[in-house]
Amino acid sequence: MAVGLPENVFMTKLDAAASWARSNSLWPMPFATACCGIELMATAASRHDLARFGAEVMRFSPRQCDLLIVAGRVVMKMLPVLQRIWLQMPEPKWCISMGACACSGGVFDTYAVVQGVDRFIPVDMYVPGCPPRPEQLLAAVIDMQAKVRRTGTVMGKEFMARDTPMGPEPFESEERYRIQDANLVQLGGFSAAMTSAGMKRGAGNHG
Amino acid sequence: MVELSVLQQRFGIELVESTFRDNRRIDVPAAKLFDLLSCLKSDHGFNTLIDMTAVDYLEYEGATDRFGVVYMLLDVFGGERVIVRTAVNLPDPKLPSVYSLWRGADWMEREVFDMFGIVFDGHPDLRRILMPEEFAAFPLRKDYPLKGRGERHNFPVITRAGS
Ligand code: SF4
Repeated sequence: MAVGLPENVFMTKLDAAASWARSNSLWPMPFATACCGIELMATAASRHDLARFGAEVMRFSPRQCDLLIVAGRVVMKMLPVLQRIWLQMPEPKWCISMGACACSGGVFDTYAVVQGVDRFIPVDMYVPGCPPRPEQLLAAVIDMQAKVRRTGTVMGKEFMARDTPMGPEPFESEERYRIQDANLVQLGGFSAAMTSAGMKRGAGNHG
Repeated sequence: MVELSVLQQRFGIELVESTFRDNRRIDVPAAKLFDLLSCLKSDHGFNTLIDMTAVDYLEYEGATDRFGVVYMLLDVFGGERVIVRTAVNLPDPKLPSVYSLWRGADWMEREVFDMFGIVFDGHPDLRRILMPEEFAAFPLRKDYPLKGRGERHNFPVITRAGS
């Protein structure tokens, strides 16, 4: 370049400048549904001090945040709420799934608990642990910042490439067997979940 | 203390009484349940329904009925407690609601309905309380699989590009 830059001026790409600004002001939406939420609070409190990484502004309105932290198990009744909150957040937005329950259902492999939020919403970062230590969440936030700086674009082009569901198959084959087994047992009464095939066989078995 | 013989005379039926670690239990047929409970409330001072729940006795050793419904009563002033049990069966598990006796029965009956599918006649608002409205099964019945029948996977998937 023929023209020399004056002092105190440097050149960069717009993408890099935007990502740098965004990564240092992640505003979390604390979606704390269970015990992991306590650890999330501890992360924000004075000892661990999330503010050191510019992410201390917990916003309780999804319209004002760009980092969804799912901390705790999500049950069937809660999942539509979680999806709605995710859709309400303005772009650009990211998601951290915190703890074994949010990542995979954890020990709660029961009829009501969703087996990992990544089956139904996109997740950027997983934090293992039950519950994860605040340090682990801090590490996730730092990694999140690195990811934003590395891949971020000013118009959010990088998100458009992620157009396939990212979690495991929402319906494993085992589940089909469970449904079959359950239908073999006669349910009687007014169970609406019973198929006609199950009813026939069930009546034969239990007379 | 409410005497069993007094109750038996009044209702003209055999009531079975048993105790387990200071818990006094009275078994009553479903047809007489409401009369017994309202008598306990009005004549014997059991003014509080502490809790009410149900048990599924499917494949339970020696059980003759499918469901047992349990009412735990307390006389706040006398400090006396009694547990009243009754049995209901498929295909039409139905009991009279005790909402008119104790208002606290409202949500308890809804919970028993939600989990076991036992219908309470005369309840003002018998809806599911814990599970979502569109849930089709009764999850605490023993013939319902622990991991459910795929209801927990029945949601639209949101991709990153699509949100
Ligand atoms: S991962 Fe552990 S600490 Fe976190 S919500 Fe689940 S059970 Fe609670």
